[in-house]
Amino acid sequence: METLITILSGVLVTVATYLLLSQNMIRIILGSAILSHAANLLLMAMGGFEKGNVPLLGENASGFTDALPQALILTAIVISFGVTAIFLVLAYRTYEENGTDNLEALRGNNDE
Amino acid sequence: MLTINMAIAIPFIIAALIPFVYKRFTRVHIGWFVLFVPAVLFIALARYIPAMAKGNTYLRSFDWIPSYNINFSTYLDGLSMILGLLITGVGTLVILYSIYYLSTNESLHRFYLYLLLFMGSMLGVVFSDNMMVLYVFWELTSISSFLLIAFWFHRKKSREGAQKSLLITVSGGFGMLIGFIMLYVMTGTFSVREVIATISTYTDHQLFLPAMLLILLGAFTKSAQFPFHIWLPDAMEAPTPVSAYLHSATMVKAGIYLVARFTPVFGGDATWFWLVSGVGLFTMFWGSFTAVRQVDLKALLAYSTVSQLGLIMSLFGIGSAAYYYDFSTSSIIYTQATFAALFHLINHSTFKGALFMIVGILDFETGTRDLRRLGGLMAIMPVSFTIALIGSFSMAGLPPFNGFLSKEMFFEAALNIGQLDIFSLSTWGVIFPIIAWVGSVFTFVYCLIIVFQTFFGERHLERLERPPKEASIGMLTAPAILALLVVGIFFFPNLIGRYLLTPAMASVYPQLALEGNLGQTISAWHGFNTELMMTIGVIIVGALLYLFRNYWKGVYKLFPASWSLDALYNYLLEQLEGSAYSITNFYMTGSLRNYLVFIYLFFIALAGGTFLYTGALSIDLSGDAPIGIYEGLIVLVMIIAAISILFAKSRLTAIILNGVLGYSISVVFVLLRAPDLALTQIGVETMTTVLFLLCFNFLPDWKKEDAPKRSKALNMGIAVSVGVLFVLIALSVQNGDLFNSVSSYFENAYELAGGKNIVNTIIGDFRAFDTMLEVTVLLIAGIGVFSLAKLKTKKGDQNLEE
Repeated sequence: METLITILSGVLVTVATYLLLSQNMIRIILGSAILSHAANLLLMAMGGFEKGNVPLLGENASGFTDALPQALILTAIVISFGVTAIFLVLAYRTYEENGTDNLEALRGNNDE
Repeated sequence: MLTINMAIAIPFIIAALIPFVYKRFTRVHIGWFVLFVPAVLFIALARYIPAMAKGNTYLRSFDWIPSYNINFSTYLDGLSMILGLLITGVGTLVILYSIYYLSTNESLHRFYLYLLLFMGSMLGVVFSDNMMVLYVFWELTSISSFLLIAFWFHRKKSREGAQKSLLITVSGGFGMLIGFIMLYVMTGTFSVREVIATISTYTDHQLFLPAMLLILLGAFTKSAQFPFHIWLPDAMEAPTPVSAYLHSATMVKAGIYLVARFTPVFGGDATWFWLVSGVGLFTMFWGSFTAVRQVDLKALLAYSTVSQLGLIMSLFGIGSAAYYYDFSTSSIIYTQATFAALFHLINHSTFKGALFMIVGILDFETGTRDLRRLGGLMAIMPVSFTIALIGSFSMAGLPPFNGFLSKEMFFEAALNIGQLDIFSLSTWGVIFPIIAWVGSVFTFVYCLIIVFQTFFGERHLERLERPPKEASIGMLTAPAILALLVVGIFFFPNLIGRYLLTPAMASVYPQLALEGNLGQTISAWHGFNTELMMTIGVIIVGALLYLFRNYWKGVYKLFPASWSLDALYNYLLEQLEGSAYSITNFYMTGSLRNYLVFIYLFFIALAGGTFLYTGALSIDLSGDAPIGIYEGLIVLVMIIAAISILFAKSRLTAIILNGVLGYSISVVFVLLRAPDLALTQIGVETMTTVLFLLCFNFLPDWKKEDAPKRSKALNMGIAVSVGVLFVLIALSVQNGDLFNSVSSYFENAYELAGGKNIVNTIIGDFRAFDTMLEVTVLLIAGIGVFSLAKLKTKKGDQNLEE
């Protein structure tokens, strides 16, 4: 099961990397969002999936799955949402100012 | 009592206070405050003199980075004492002079801050026993010299001169650093004293010679020895007090100090002897020869400084021959050269400091330093003339000035060395007195030029910027004190000999000093011997050359200007800038994709290479939990969705597929018994999708990527390699149980945090600060999104963002 999840996140990393290398800003933002999915899954896999119960006390269960990766991922999900939001608004403003969302066309700056 | 460590620290501390003092006291010249620093330090150092004359030395260590053997240890002995007194003594006079030289309109706080920075670092150089600390202070002197040369940074020449001096001295410093590290590799210590104590067992070590050459590189660049002397004339763009202080009396002596300090380490070696004495002697000749053709008084003094530094350097080289004789009594006559070197070190600081200050006064009062415009000023500026006369004639080696004494000793050393039969001196030794004599003749000529072309001859007041007058008393005080010293040392040389030079000899020859007194009695009259004949010859030939200089000046035109070392330096600098520019342009393309490609390729090469090289890849799947039917299905769905994104024809398809991914992950979280994550993921994914859709309203639909096939293939290759490497590393990591999990700690959540949901207690209690900061990050992101979306540049303000 851990191997399966790891391979899944590997596929996600491949897709994300390919998207990051493209010229279109929306593709790049999508890539970064997918990359954070992959990272979350990896964190989960690192915790191990030995059968245990939901990490809730008072359910009279004997063992729990590892709660620490879950707490970390919870933080990561929220932060990656913030990152995506900033990226999107940056893309919007860049397009508005420069009239293109192609990064190759946006190369260089006026100082040079 | 004031310790030496404190003496080094005080200038730095005062320097830090200068900006505040400058703001408070706007009406008083800030130099008056600064003046106290070197004056107090000078008195504090001078109080050690009687004890040091008895042979005491003071070592004080202060742990800095003990794990690397780097300690802030200071060592006060005869050699560092001389330099310390010069730094503080000349420093006091220079600051006194600068108070009158620089008006309050200049940015004085910068000037005195840099000057104090230099003073502290220079004291650090001469008092540090630890080579690493010495190196740090060494580079600090280069940096403060750079800042001071570029003090009038609006002048192009100042900036260029500053850059030149920095490039040359700092690259020499790098060489010296490597030399120090080599010494450490050999001896296992950074302490100069310990290196001296143990070096005799390592003279056959393969690093011995490279270490020597590199340390000499540092010394030669700093002390402006041929062919590195070219920075010193350009450094004359600095304000004159700086030239008098850094570029004649103290900083350029650092290289000489280094040679003297390391003579016990490398002395007795033929390479050391020939390099130090040979380079020094040639520099002495070349500097004096070039000085004669200068028309700018300061440039003339710069070349004369180069020449005098060469003289001192060559004397230290000759003195190192004494080490060849395993500390026998016959080597005593060669230590005389070192004695002369130390003596001339002091004398040069006195007469050259006075001369620089007088040139500064001439510049200040007439507005020019050009010899073709000056002349006949003796009647107008009698005091300046007297001081210039004393300084020049001392430099020329005439009695009754201190330069005469040390010049005679220089001739004596040059004559003595010819009689040695080591280092193939029996064939080449005759060169020494000849070059020494020729160099002295040119020295005599340019000394006459300084005095006669400035103060005698016809007066051309119309060529000057302003009508000349004698300088104020305050301005003349500092050079007058130095001129008094020039005369005073001639009449009482043995006072200096006993209290300063003899203890310093013990630093250069620690072993010999134990066996007998290395001090000498300096006397002006030795009878009619060869040295005196040489001096008389210098006067006669020099005077003739001066009188008939128009007949032989064509010599200087024999070599075109394009052959000079300056032209070579400029060419190299141009090439360096050009190639750096093209190399930078090669990889700084401005394309995001290129940068990411570099990053990914390095990641693949480094991480993948390391894993292959160290054999860290070990995958063990036995500990896996079994795969259920639901898990298998959802993973399959996600893989298909992810790959389909790459082939999506429209952005709407892509965003829906991304949604599929996100919602599937929340299902995965449910299957993996993480209900909180599943909830959060659903909420966030919904918001993200809405955000994307919102943005699509404003952004154009995506076009098919029109990148060439080759770059697409490269992208694919990189993406696949990164993914494979990611999986391999992740699987290897999962095997390692390097330490126990901390997770069981949190299972006590109810007792510790009063909550039954463990994930929630971690977020809200155990790691509550993290959560608070996370919320802060979100808040900042929210403000960023809001302001970027709402605030727009008004029409007409469009250039603001560019």
